[in-house]
Amino acid sequence: MSFYIASSPHAHQRRTTQHIMLWVLLALIPGLAAQCYFFGWGPLLQITVAVTVALITEAVILIVREKPLRATLGDFSAVVTAVLLAISIPPLAPWWVIVIGTLFSIGIVKHVYGGIGQNVFNPAMAGYVLLLISFPVQMTSWMPPSTLATFELNFIDSLWLFFTQYTSEGYSLEQVRLIELTQSLDAIVMATPLDEIKTQLSQGYTLTEIKRSDVFSGIAGTGWLWVNLGYLVGGLLLLYKRIIQWHIPVALLASLAFFAALGSLFAADQLPGVSLHLLSGGAMLAAFFIATDPVSAATSNRGKLVYAALIGMLIYIIRTWGGYPDAIAFAVLLANMCVPVIDYYTRPRAYGHGGKAL
Amino acid sequence: MSNVNEYKTLTANGLWENNPALVQLLGLCPLLAVTGTVTNGLGLGIATLLVLMGSNITVSLVRDWVPNEIRIPVFVIVIATFVTLIELLMNAFTYGLYTALGIFIPLIVTNCAIIGRAEAYASKNPWHKAGFDGFVMGLGFALVLVLLGGLREIIGQGTLFDGADLLLGPWAASLRMELIQFDYPLLVAILPPGAFIGLGLIIAVKNGIDLQRKRRAAKQPIAKAQRARVTSQ
Repeated sequence: MSFYIASSPHAHQRRTTQHIMLWVLLALIPGLAAQCYFFGWGPLLQITVAVTVALITEAVILIVREKPLRATLGDFSAVVTAVLLAISIPPLAPWWVIVIGTLFSIGIVKHVYGGIGQNVFNPAMAGYVLLLISFPVQMTSWMPPSTLATFELNFIDSLWLFFTQYTSEGYSLEQVRLIELTQSLDAIVMATPLDEIKTQLSQGYTLTEIKRSDVFSGIAGTGWLWVNLGYLVGGLLLLYKRIIQWHIPVALLASLAFFAALGSLFAADQLPGVSLHLLSGGAMLAAFFIATDPVSAATSNRGKLVYAALIGMLIYIIRTWGGYPDAIAFAVLLANMCVPVIDYYTRPRAYGHGGKAL
Repeated sequence: MSNVNEYKTLTANGLWENNPALVQLLGLCPLLAVTGTVTNGLGLGIATLLVLMGSNITVSLVRDWVPNEIRIPVFVIVIATFVTLIELLMNAFTYGLYTALGIFIPLIVTNCAIIGRAEAYASKNPWHKAGFDGFVMGLGFALVLVLLGGLREIIGQGTLFDGADLLLGPWAASLRMELIQFDYPLLVAILPPGAFIGLGLIIAVKNGIDLQRKRRAAKQPIAKAQRARVTSQ
């Protein structure tokens, strides 16, 4: 009888990049379903185009760089980038918006820096920022939640809007976005809840007045509440499966909540409170899916806490005083830039080295 | 004979091998800030070229009388003089471009390419060579400015030579070309990030061409297995 002797670790778990990425995609489903329920077919169309473009771009670049095609294409990392970008942008933004964004994300942000595992910046968010500063109009044209919309958009209409910017009957995106408010006779163009707050606050309304609008229901924006809860569920699934660690989501949400609470303590009627900040924009998506990107985030556990808390703070600062209504992408990119410094100062102490001098 | 060779080397260095913008990465501030259009790039390129030639010749002429210890202040004063000259000339003759380029004309003083050439070449060589070096270096810089300006203008506006009349007089207004009609231009190309990304891509293309040429010259794969140094010896 012979013993097979190997050194530790003895308990293995097969976990490849492919596994992780597939779980991430799976965990996106609840949030995505909520998004489709409230905002129509748009997200699915965006995802289809984004994934196609991402895979083609990735393949072409891999061939040019003479890298193995199958291993990298099959790990779904490009697909995750594409999906994250596609669900971040307005559901019925024209098709060329997502095409340009995906090309930039994969071609420039990912591959110019050296491909998977090498990118300094989060590819999806860098693509989002490129789109936001290049096409501000398209990138802020969010659809109203279907419960408020005056137009019932079926699949064909969504398809027409996506490719031509007009429905088959000739209504433009602007017209489709109109909603009728119960308390006024005017129809308004739908803005996202955070957008709405920003505009109305600048016109001198108080938060209590603003929140009476139909755009808000209860504690957060109509529809957005459920989208965020969906991503929260998906995120918890990832935590449970240990695809991600708790450090980044908890630190991000805690820091955002802390600053939001601080803000409402000082100016309850001018600064949106904790629930609005956590449940109205893309906070949950950012906390569980975007900031947790293992490549561009900090490495050590302590570093992750600092990194995520920084993102939370930046989100609050940019949302409150910045020019753009939502701030996830800018906050994540700025924190990405700080990662080398964070990593430098949070290096774990190797056993037997450093520590307190005796 | 050796003189001709020297001029050849100078030309190759200025335009390609040691291009101030693509290899030395000097003068990035004006390079990135004003290359929104071809016209702006060309205007600033010509201004820099003239300053570079003037300063190189002057520095070379006075090099025997300038003590080594105070050479840098002297260079700076010489450069500042030429920049002031250029600024006043542009104010007089190309006022539109003068306002478009704004602070970046006086900022030519701080362009490291100019003081770099004064220090590295002009202060050690006769005036005619120094003048020629200034000319090709300036030309290399100007070409990159124009190339980057052209790329950014096409992507960001769909035009070429927009506002050329500001630089060249009223007749040049007809130079303006509408290449692509964008409903929604890619604004980022006009904004500062576009300059960084564009310059990066141009440098990448240049390095790619160099690599190809080296491979062809070597006629054999250059990527030989190299011994990695694993221990500190």
